[in-house]
Amino acid sequence: MSSIGTGYDLSVTTFSPDGRVFQVEYATKAVDNSGTVVGIKCKDGIVLGVEKLVTSKMILEGSNRRIHSVYHHSGLAVAGLAADGRQIVSRAKSEAASYEKVYGEPISVKDLADRVASYVHLCTLYWWLRPFGCGVILGGYDRDGPQLYIIEPSGVSYKYFGAALGKGRQAAKTEIEKLKLSELTCREGIVEVAKIIYGVHDEAKDKAFELELSWICDESKRQHQKVPNELLEQAKAAAQAALEEMDAD
Amino acid sequence: MDGFAKSIGGGGPNVPAGSHPAGGSQAAAGGGATQRTQYPYVTGTSVIALKYKDGVIMACDTGASYGSTLRYKSVERIKAVGKHSIIGASGEYSDFQEILRYLDELTLSDHMWDDGNSLGPKEIHNYLTRVMYNRRNKFDPLWNSLVIGGVKKGPKGDEKYLGMVNMIGTHFEENHVATGFGNHLAIPILRAEWHEDMTFEEAVKLVEKCLLVLLYRDRSSINKFQIAKITTEGSTIYPPYSLKTYWGFTHFENPAQGAVGSW
Repeated sequence: MSSIGTGYDLSVTTFSPDGRVFQVEYATKAVDNSGTVVGIKCKDGIVLGVEKLVTSKMILEGSNRRIHSVYHHSGLAVAGLAADGRQIVSRAKSEAASYEKVYGEPISVKDLADRVASYVHLCTLYWWLRPFGCGVILGGYDRDGPQLYIIEPSGVSYKYFGAALGKGRQAAKTEIEKLKLSELTCREGIVEVAKIIYGVHDEAKDKAFELELSWICDESKRQHQKVPNELLEQAKAAAQAALEEMDAD
Repeated sequence: MDGFAKSIGGGGPNVPAGSHPAGGSQAAAGGGATQRTQYPYVTGTSVIALKYKDGVIMACDTGASYGSTLRYKSVERIKAVGKHSIIGASGEYSDFQEILRYLDELTLSDHMWDDGNSLGPKEIHNYLTRVMYNRRNKFDPLWNSLVIGGVKKGPKGDEKYLGMVNMIGTHFEENHVATGFGNHLAIPILRAEWHEDMTFEEAVKLVEKCLLVLLYRDRSSINKFQIAKITTEGSTIYPPYSLKTYWGFTHFENPAQGAVGSW
């Protein structure tokens, strides 16, 4: 529901009469227009997937990573302005490193989400800074098990079972809700995420896309890593097959 | 990365400026310009290492002395670094712990690139050389002699690497290295008996021969050793064990026999 905040939308330090900060809402629009990012919490870990829209045939496959490792146990998938996302990832990495330096143990995913959210929020408080034009899905696996958080440009962060950002988030969320996440293993989860992303990809509006998948699970020794190539290919193949089945109907 | 230059100048990665206490020395007020050389407090003795057929083998005892007192007897002075290397240290144990912290940060940021590559022993040796040399130049050394060994795939296949760097930044690569007393007692044995492509069993025998000599002759060594190896499969640090010693030499019996005098 877009509304024009004429006059009240020029600065992030201005509230509108109905209590909205329009600049932050506009920043969220940047996230909504980006390629779909999906994250699910399976029973043995987290799977993150990104629909990387390929703008040119000349771009090398595997470049422009959208999912980044933040610490051994966490990964950050970025939706929105990629350059803004790099700043957030960089800050998250340094927060995790400094926590470990001070406390001698790995940062918990909850604390990491808090710190990232505080940082994103910081940039909505001063007129000389603009808000980040990206939302991030933070997935991690620590002592309290696998956890999934979204941090939005406004600086709020919520914990989720399943989350999606970007163009196809509505459709993706519907698909995620159909899954029985508590019974899904990560191996099955990567196939499901691949299917969702292939499913929500709009062939008409955007042409090519590259699927980027990563996971943190017992199988990966609770380390965040790109999904191994054979599993990635299997997931892509299954997703293609499912798509063709749907088209055939 | 710009953080690298900053870290060398600041005495280690991510150390905030001005927070550098040096044990037993004075920092000039309002400038931090000159620091005096420190003294080591808790020290480990020799480390020896050699290349063999499958990789590199490294050994040392598990003791740490507090001056002339053998204060700690179960200290692990060899640690794995990343997937391809092991590091052993003699000298100030707390400085070794700091070095391990720096290496943890290094391997973490290397891991986060997630680009299929990882730091090998040559790179780690070079990094540590920079750290040690720059600290020496500020008269604030890390009081250690470090041995770095490892195996990593290179253009010519699996390449074994063994190198040493000490507190003044002297560094080199060799087929066999030793620190401390090992330089005087173990290196001559290694020079005589090391050869290319030794089997693991041969290498262990040679290492044990050197360790035994060090046990007999180095007063800060103890009879509890750890052997570590690094191959393409990864690193293994074996549990500590003791060597059999022989004290039954005739000269040791009745030591006062030839002594003349009333007391």
